[in-house]
Amino acid sequence: MFYQLDFEQPIREIDERIADAERREGSRDVEVPALGGVVSPQPEREGDVGELRAERDRVLRSLYRKLSPWDTVRVARHPNRPQSRDYIARMARDFVELHGDRRYGDDPAIVTGFGRLGPHKCLIVGHQKGRDTQEKIGCHFGCAHPEGYRKALAKMQLAEKYGLPIVTLVDTPGAYPGLGAEQRGQAEAIAVNLREMSRMKTPIVSVVIGEGGSGGALGIAVADRVAMLEHSWYSVISPEGCAAILWKQANEQTNAASAEALRLTARDNLKLGIIDAVVSEPVGAAHRDHDQAAELLLSWVVDQLDELVGVDRDELIQRRHERFRALGSFEELQPKPAEAG
Amino acid sequence: MTRGQTKQEARMATVATRSWTDVKTDQQKKTSVPEGLWLRCPGCSAMIYKRQMEANLHVCPECGHHYRISATTRVEQLADDNTFVRMFDNLRAVDPLKFRDLKSYPERIKAEQVKTGQHEGCVAGEAFVKGRPAMLACLDLTFMMGSMGSVVGETLTRAIEHATEHKLPLIIVSCSGGARMQEAGLSLMQMAKTSSALARFDDAGGLFISVLTDPTTGGVTASFAMLGDVIIAEPKALIGFAGPRVIRQTIRQELPEGFQRSEFLRESGMVDRVVSRHDLRDEIARIIDYTS
Ligand SMILES: [Zn+2]
Repeated sequence: MFYQLDFEQPIREIDERIADAERREGSRDVEVPALGGVVSPQPEREGDVGELRAERDRVLRSLYRKLSPWDTVRVARHPNRPQSRDYIARMARDFVELHGDRRYGDDPAIVTGFGRLGPHKCLIVGHQKGRDTQEKIGCHFGCAHPEGYRKALAKMQLAEKYGLPIVTLVDTPGAYPGLGAEQRGQAEAIAVNLREMSRMKTPIVSVVIGEGGSGGALGIAVADRVAMLEHSWYSVISPEGCAAILWKQANEQTNAASAEALRLTARDNLKLGIIDAVVSEPVGAAHRDHDQAAELLLSWVVDQLDELVGVDRDELIQRRHERFRALGSFEELQPKPAEAG
Repeated sequence: MTRGQTKQEARMATVATRSWTDVKTDQQKKTSVPEGLWLRCPGCSAMIYKRQMEANLHVCPECGHHYRISATTRVEQLADDNTFVRMFDNLRAVDPLKFRDLKSYPERIKAEQVKTGQHEGCVAGEAFVKGRPAMLACLDLTFMMGSMGSVVGETLTRAIEHATEHKLPLIIVSCSGGARMQEAGLSLMQMAKTSSALARFDDAGGLFISVLTDPTTGGVTASFAMLGDVIIAEPKALIGFAGPRVIRQTIRQELPEGFQRSEFLRESGMVDRVVSRHDLRDEIARIIDYTS
């Protein structure tokens, strides 16, 4: 499971060699726990193991530097990739989860609650995909229903009332496409979030931590600052969906082509102005080290909040509006004199 | 499918799919009539005289089936004669992503321009509706399925801003397959852009009448189209977030009769009124009078 990505095979070999080396050293010293690749080497015998580890980091760095867009999508969906609840557990102190939209139900695909991030009292909103099978099914694999978006809005309005900044963590393949979701107004729920987040009188910081699939992602991502984790993706449609429509079939080859065409990586989104920053992940991506991933994310989020909390509220909303107002790419023809006259 | 992924996960990975293909197949079915004088109505299967149908606002005289119409026809139907002043029609699509699937994006745009005689998928301007001044914007289904790229998003946003500035009631007639994949993330951002402009219009106390026509789906529904102060739908229009095909694939069962049609949305509390094309002008004028 851990090495499910084929391009990680060289890492598996190095990890096996590290484990071997540790066993050899361990037989000389009974105190070393037999945990495999997770023990940090003790300074006095850095030799073998230390070198191997350094080699592993080098290989990981170079592998992850040149990931194809489709491989990035696969990393973003890695089963061990940290999810919102993993980040909240590591980043937030005194987390108080708040449930329910007060209208229909409580959608586990979106988690909301108060939490302290560094010196800031915040409201945290995040998509949750689920870790084990049962949780995944309960969360519809991170595909929220209208009640999820309405819960998010209700809690954000609560935060607005008390002037608490809002931090949202985006991780969804898309909003849930189903009978009940349509009947209860999936489109309306997302649309209202877009409008209300654009005029919410409190700072909002959003980070795509895994998958940023379409309107279901944007529905909690209209923010003053938007970032993506290094190996996440964000676009208007999943590569598979796009391949099925434009290439008429979804397979490894067309998925890869469509992932490339969609410019869905963090770097491309930054270039297009859709996001403001790319947040680094640990060497070899977030699934290798949840603690460090959370530390890096927390540090970026707190920096943004430090800057945003003091900004005058009208100014904040004005800037947020201008941020999204400027997005789009088109040519504007000058009217011909005859037409203008 | 990535190793270790369950079938259901793989299926959920495709849920960000919009309904473009459903819509397209649907439309091909409906418009694939011979260019002759007579056509078979998809609503009642009767042979109807094309001219008569067109003279009847493109509605079947036998069963009331509402045919899909272009944005220019829509404007002609809604605006008082010779009152429509088109605006913001100097915007043209570019290819920011250098998008290429089986065809390049510029090639597709060119083909659509030749096919429709339009530069893009939205027609906007000032007009009078039964004597009431208004800002009118109509999406054009004939141009890349009314998909929302940067030009459509910008045209709508300028229309909303113009309505805000001049205190005009705003009427947007929607019909769309959703986002425009060839502009990917930038297309997605048009949802936030138009919704943010509508927040300001709302703050300024403006009236927004959103008219939903067959089909209105995807990112258009999930942004400005569902933000009307009053939402009107034409009879039997397909209106939804996800397309029927995606929903069928996800839930693995057939969809109930009439699901995602205007009347279903009214019953679900999502639209205010289902209004026949013949009454649309009257109803819009009446609503404007109540709010001005
Ligand atoms: Zn008929």
